[in-house]
Amino acid sequence: MADDSSPDRAGTLSPPPDAADLELYRSMLLARRMAEKTRQLWTDGGVHGPGHLSDGHEAISVGVAACLREGDATIGTYRGHAHALARGADPEAVLRELLGREGGVCDAKGGSMHITSVEHGYFGSYAIVGAHLPIACGLAWAQRLKGEGNVTVCFFGDGATNIGAFHEAVNLAAVWQLPLIFCCENNLYMEYTPITAVTPVRHPAADRASAYGLDRVVVDGNDVEAVRDVIAERVQRARKGDGPSIVEAMTYRLRGHSLADPAAYRPEAEVQEWARKEPVGRYRTVLSERDVPAEELDGVEREVSELVDEVAERALAAPSPQGETAMTDVWADGGSAWRS
Amino acid sequence: MAELTGRDAIRAALEQEMARDERVVLLGEDVAPGGVFKTTPGLVDRFGAERVWDTPISEQAIVGSAMGAAMGGLRPVAEIMFADFYATCWDLVANEIAKTRYMTGGQVRLPLVVRGSNGGGGLGFGAQHSQSAESWAMCVPGLKIACPSTPSDFKGLLAGAIREEDPVLVFEHKGLYGRTGEVPDGDHVVALGESHTLREGSDVTLVGLAFTVGICEAAADQLADEGISAEVIDLRTLVPLDVAAVLRSVATTNRLVIVEEGPGQLGWSASLAAIVSDEGFDDLDAPVLRVCGASVPLPAAGVLEEEVNPNAQRVIAAVRRMS
Ligand SMILES: Cc1ncc(C[n+]2csc(CCOP(=O)(O)OP(=O)(O)O)c2C)c(N)n1
Ligand SMILES: [Mg+2]
Repeated sequence: MADDSSPDRAGTLSPPPDAADLELYRSMLLARRMAEKTRQLWTDGGVHGPGHLSDGHEAISVGVAACLREGDATIGTYRGHAHALARGADPEAVLRELLGREGGVCDAKGGSMHITSVEHGYFGSYAIVGAHLPIACGLAWAQRLKGEGNVTVCFFGDGATNIGAFHEAVNLAAVWQLPLIFCCENNLYMEYTPITAVTPVRHPAADRASAYGLDRVVVDGNDVEAVRDVIAERVQRARKGDGPSIVEAMTYRLRGHSLADPAAYRPEAEVQEWARKEPVGRYRTVLSERDVPAEELDGVEREVSELVDEVAERALAAPSPQGETAMTDVWADGGSAWRS
Repeated sequence: MAELTGRDAIRAALEQEMARDERVVLLGEDVAPGGVFKTTPGLVDRFGAERVWDTPISEQAIVGSAMGAAMGGLRPVAEIMFADFYATCWDLVANEIAKTRYMTGGQVRLPLVVRGSNGGGGLGFGAQHSQSAESWAMCVPGLKIACPSTPSDFKGLLAGAIREEDPVLVFEHKGLYGRTGEVPDGDHVVALGESHTLREGSDVTLVGLAFTVGICEAAADQLADEGISAEVIDLRTLVPLDVAAVLRSVATTNRLVIVEEGPGQLGWSASLAAIVSDEGFDDLDAPVLRVCGASVPLPAAGVLEEEVNPNAQRVIAAVRRMS
């Protein structure tokens, strides 16, 4: 599996360190610390129910978000916390949602698998594999009709490429020339099963792109600048009306599929190899090599850790939602009545 | 007898049936590594990868190939990880599997089972992983439906389903996988269509299914303290529906409360209530009452899930309303 990480495109070397680099670093750290905090809250019993974290995947959500502007849409899976945060969702509202508290970003109704922040252009996390790919087509269609040059990025896992909805959505996007980037986060596994065990091609998304007349694009998904650069090019095309793309970003989860999964099915050597390639530490090394002083990087880390500790404290102090709220928001009028 | 969890009882049924009949094959996502609910561990080691197929995330392919395999002479047991995902392959279930024997004048035989985890159970799985999909299936003639409530029935009803000549959907309530109970050793098979009366009573009949059977029992315990004697019936299967047992019970108790986890907007309890109101009319001293889930998608937070799901207190309140 070693050469799976070798990208078709490498990140272009940026000019001397600037604020944008530090922002990428800060944003990845925020996702990482939030994942670590969530795992801790789950271990302590505060987070209840399933939870799918993105530690190891941060370079993808952050690299993509760096290419987007207000009016662009993103949409993702149950593994969606990092995607919401990367677009600017409030970390405290996210943690309140995970803890099932008042003020959760989805009013404690969605929970971990449905983190959504429409105000930040993140149209939600969907837990039926493949379902949101056709939905992304609709978001992009609306953008195309509005004609403002906005685009949609749809995130999904390697496993989603084997469900019919993937093929229907990519075909439709290609036929309608939608401003849509399908971004596959290939972490080599579905839940417990390696994607290669159930897929006849090596790159489950990219190798199928040609069937829909699209380019084969594979990128090192643990290299935040490589992701940003590849996505930026695809976003540019989409904004100009040159249609959709598929980008397959190679990555690896640092831990199990979900909080409850010890991930015993992964070979130790593979886990070790990918641990060395994890995106946050790796980007710190890149920035150090660009002569960003260690104190500056430490400062960012401290700031993010403090922020996450503070929001967690406040979220833990928040009350449970009022029971009546279970009966709100089925309908546009705010209620749930279905009969007279 | 052995003390087993629900999940171990499922595994025991699969092992029993695969050992007995080599036409029984399994397929589904992650079934070879043991299944995400740990209902299939070790089966691939005993029976080999030819009979325990790990599939891609392709529910249409899972259910469709189960159908084809049954047509071809096998007795497949497919797994849909969460019953909510039936929505992604409903064509195969509702339009193909349920109808093909009939449409072909009985030429095509479809002895197959699809298992899926069902319901909420306070586990916080949220709106897309907690639905009570048994009532979806009941809308479609041509499907048998089993919903076990005890480890013994997890084994017996699944074995019974595998021995059926018709397609059976088995809904495994995910709140029951970890509960333990006595399970008969050796060949243990429960025929579909026979309800189980857990306790006899004279004042009111409580009917439950899967997870709500425990709710009925808890309510019956508390009602007993108040001097109200409740009979508790576990329906076990929705198709065939053991109407006769419920009517017999109502003939002595004259009151019926049906407890369904799914939303009251529609559901199996409404069908049962309508049948008993019609065929048992002369025996009833009060209208049949239903205690159901609220008509909202299931919320994630524990306090909100409790708010919308049926519980013993709501059953007791319904019983009090009748007397
Ligand atoms: C239609 C459907 N089938 C099965 C599942 C159960 N399930 C949830 S996540 C998952 C694995 C998905 O793998 P992948 O697409 O690679 O995403 P990853 O979790 O690796 O990010 C499965 C099988 C589901 N949620 N929806
Ligand atoms: Mg994956």
